[in-house]
Amino acid sequence: MIFAGSQSVIAQINQWVAPTIDWHALAPELVLIVGINLVLFIDLSLGAAKKWAMATLTGLVFLAAFIPVVTLAVIGDASREMFDGRYVVDGYSLILKAIFLLAAYVLVLMSQNELEEGGYYQGEFYVLMMCSVLGMVMMTSARDLIAIFVALELLSIPAYMMAAWRKRDSRSNEAGVKYYLLGVFASAVLLYGMSFLYGTTGSTKLTDIGASLVDGDLLGLQVLAVVFVLGGLAFKISAVPFHSWAPDTYEGAPTPVTAFLSVASKAAGFVALMSIVMLALAPANSVVRPMLWVLAALTMTVGNVMALRQTNIVRMLAYSSVSQGGFILMPLVVIGTGNAGDSVLRAVIVYLLIYAFMNLGAFSIVIAVARRTRSGEITSFGGLFGYAPGLAVLMTIFMASLAGIPPLGGWIAKFNVFKTVLDAGDTAAYVLALIGAVNTVIAAAYYMRVLRQVWMAPAPDGDVSPIKVPSSIQAALAITAVGTVLLGVLPGLVLRFGDITDLTGALAR
Amino acid sequence: MEIMTNDNWLLTVGTFLPLVGVLVMLFIPKAEEQLLKTVAVITAGATLAVGILTLFRFDYGQAEKLQFFVDVTWIEVIRSNYTIGLDGISLPLYFLSMVVTFLVIIYTWDNMPDAGNPKSFLILMLVLQVGMAGTFVAQDLILFFVFFEVVLLPMYFMIGVWGGEHRQYASLKFFLYTMFGSAFMLVAFLALFFQTGAESFSFMHLVSAGGLISNEVQVWIFAGMFLGFAVKVPMFPFHTWLPDAHTQAPTQGSVILAAILLKLGTYGFVRIAIPMLPEGARAWAPVIAILAVIGIIYGALGCLAQTDMKRLIAFSSVAHMGFVMLGISTLTTLGINAALFGMVAHGLITGMLFFVAGSVKHRYHTLEISRLSGMLKQMPRMGWILGFAAMASLGLPGLAGFWGEFPAILAAYSPGFGLNVTLFRTLMVIAAVGTVLAAAYLLWLYQRTAFGEPSPEFSGQTPHPVGAGVNADHHADHHDEIRDVTPIEWIAWTPFLVAIVVFGVYPQLMFGVMDPAVSELVARLGESLNP
Repeated sequence: MIFAGSQSVIAQINQWVAPTIDWHALAPELVLIVGINLVLFIDLSLGAAKKWAMATLTGLVFLAAFIPVVTLAVIGDASREMFDGRYVVDGYSLILKAIFLLAAYVLVLMSQNELEEGGYYQGEFYVLMMCSVLGMVMMTSARDLIAIFVALELLSIPAYMMAAWRKRDSRSNEAGVKYYLLGVFASAVLLYGMSFLYGTTGSTKLTDIGASLVDGDLLGLQVLAVVFVLGGLAFKISAVPFHSWAPDTYEGAPTPVTAFLSVASKAAGFVALMSIVMLALAPANSVVRPMLWVLAALTMTVGNVMALRQTNIVRMLAYSSVSQGGFILMPLVVIGTGNAGDSVLRAVIVYLLIYAFMNLGAFSIVIAVARRTRSGEITSFGGLFGYAPGLAVLMTIFMASLAGIPPLGGWIAKFNVFKTVLDAGDTAAYVLALIGAVNTVIAAAYYMRVLRQVWMAPAPDGDVSPIKVPSSIQAALAITAVGTVLLGVLPGLVLRFGDITDLTGALAR
Repeated sequence: MEIMTNDNWLLTVGTFLPLVGVLVMLFIPKAEEQLLKTVAVITAGATLAVGILTLFRFDYGQAEKLQFFVDVTWIEVIRSNYTIGLDGISLPLYFLSMVVTFLVIIYTWDNMPDAGNPKSFLILMLVLQVGMAGTFVAQDLILFFVFFEVVLLPMYFMIGVWGGEHRQYASLKFFLYTMFGSAFMLVAFLALFFQTGAESFSFMHLVSAGGLISNEVQVWIFAGMFLGFAVKVPMFPFHTWLPDAHTQAPTQGSVILAAILLKLGTYGFVRIAIPMLPEGARAWAPVIAILAVIGIIYGALGCLAQTDMKRLIAFSSVAHMGFVMLGISTLTTLGINAALFGMVAHGLITGMLFFVAGSVKHRYHTLEISRLSGMLKQMPRMGWILGFAAMASLGLPGLAGFWGEFPAILAAYSPGFGLNVTLFRTLMVIAAVGTVLAAAYLLWLYQRTAFGEPSPEFSGQTPHPVGAGVNADHHADHHDEIRDVTPIEWIAWTPFLVAIVVFGVYPQLMFGVMDPAVSELVARLGESLNP
């Protein structure tokens, strides 16, 4: 028996052929891996005075990784599948890779001064950040439960450490520990759910799972699996009621890390959710839909109501990002309904892109202003319009965009969401849209409160010397502001990628 | 709806020209106040010149057609186009917005609100103008919505930064109310889009396809639009933001708010809600009419209770917009014509009243009615202008206000399309009582502020050696302090005064422009409602 068994293993080894690897398709990931090693080794040999070079190098790596994304998009014929269709590079994943790399580049610009002036470890920070971004980039292509899980852990584990990067600050430590404990718990729940999915369908490949699930005839275990998988991912996107880690973590972590968590890491969670829900769980619509409906409604409402009460700008942005997450969830609710399917991906992707621009922009302003005021209170923005009109106008753009006021980007993002939801056209969809409409008004209240400080209140300590904005943050502000305004006025620029009918085609293969 | 594509650059230039001025002003340092004001005046003047050219190029013989029509792909994926055009309904309002902005900027020349910083103030005003003009030319729902919302932020800042004591509260209230309305409006727009087959957001398509939606759905969609537009008008239960916003806003803000912004709501009813959802309109018309009449009476009673001149004028707006909405709710050619006329007339008259209130505040530093008196003696010209505007506002025949109110009341006698005649005639009687109340509160206001002796508080309490011999000096002194109408004010106000008389004496000037478009609108309603 033993002999026979081992022979069959040997026989299998003989049958095994190396998978064909499409090096071009993997190039963005490969560039990042090379970059990670490069930064790690150069950092070892660099004197403390030259550590600033690490930020530049990291930025260049992200830009270098962008090149193959562009070439792939330009060639852009069919989707490129590897490993039996478990790792796919198609239009959908390329857009998302581009979003992550762009956001990562802006985040490097935002982090640079904070890290230099705060006396933090720089090389290590950027290495961890690149690892995390690598996880995100992989996530966009993962079409298999294992691959998704690996990508999710690769992006999360460095983030736990980054959250605690201000290591002598107890709040930063609290942020890291809280994020870590709840994150690990969520991973466990997710993995538990995934194991049920595998056990009941016999495959880890998303499309196979999708083919095995039968709507209306789900096993009890499968229902449980769906609930666990969605619950686990809800932690990552800080959906209510799985959001409790977010405000403390966001407030305690260094501000660039908070920006990283609330934009990039959250977007990655959404990507995982999107891939799984679209490809694997579509037949389980009867479970997925009500669950996502409740999550979306709760997330935007609770996030908003909590944000109203905040006096600290970072905490307010944390809750605001929770509520924005609710909006991003809205189109996913109608994923299997009527003719809404096609526009769901577009709505989510466009939202993620615009959200990245406006939220990173808002955090850049917070960083720039806090360099002077050393305060995180919303009142510390008082009188900004008087002594730093440029920053005030930019803050106005970002806040108004987050509130969804045309003609700024946030508006087109929200508009797409509403349009997709209403396209489904049943009562549940209309009710959800109305809840969303009420929430845009609640959200406007707290965004406007910031603007009220910026424009109408006097400077809190009477200090009206101008603010010096470091050039890297200026660059970050320029990129995010141009993105926010341009996408609002000419949304066709991005909505066009999103003729995602061919994307869904590629995804579903 | 037929279209004419002549001179199709005209509207785009007229709408976006202020942005050129904004761009130039961005590069002028804040301290160069005179230069900034000059650039702003030139920009607004150039915009007005384009507006005047539009008046000349407009083909009045075909006022029911959309002229200067442009239709360019904008956001292809959501099927929204950059579609603009002008017909007899929108022309007067489009032009009014340009005139008002120009005159308000001139007024700003030496009446800058206390908070200073003319650079931002004027930039915001020019941006506001883009939003207002754009709303009136947009022929695509999404484009309309964008312009409709563009006015929000500039007005928020104008009230919040340059406003009165409670400006922060008032500005936020204004913002949240409007945002609330437009959130529901957007949902309604999208619902309309999908119910008509998700083909296009263009007005023309929706007007022809909207009537085919089932009655019940139309009523629901109309409800969403109603919320959005009624908040903006504002109609009775949604009006509470208005007195605060008006009272706290700087003079310029109040004038623009009264003259143009409120009209965005009523215009929305005439242009979008009613023609696109005829059945919804018929179902909602009684509700609108009842709320409108409540607004008339409530606004008038509110006026009688006010102790602040500006707040009184603000409440009178609620009453006047009630007449406009009553006219619209009759769904008749006469009623809608009256409403459109009333919109322009109210813009001119109430704008004028707010100007006077601003100047009074500038001189006396108070608008407390009980502290003002004897304006006719102290500054006779200002007193006469106030009297003139008050007469116009109460609907004196021969002045513009009359032609907005009287035909609206008349139209309620025989509402269109099987609306309940008894109800509308009852409302007509109540609205007529409203005009009497209007006379009461305006004349009372005038009596208290303009008649009598100037209050001693303002007529010679200046620190002077007390003695009988200096009485004459006193007189000279307060003349120095309390000046009568200044040249800049004359320049800014004369066009308003002239227009009020001209439209009052010869209303056909405006009715002639609007009537063909309104007749066609009502005729199309008829096709849907009485097949």
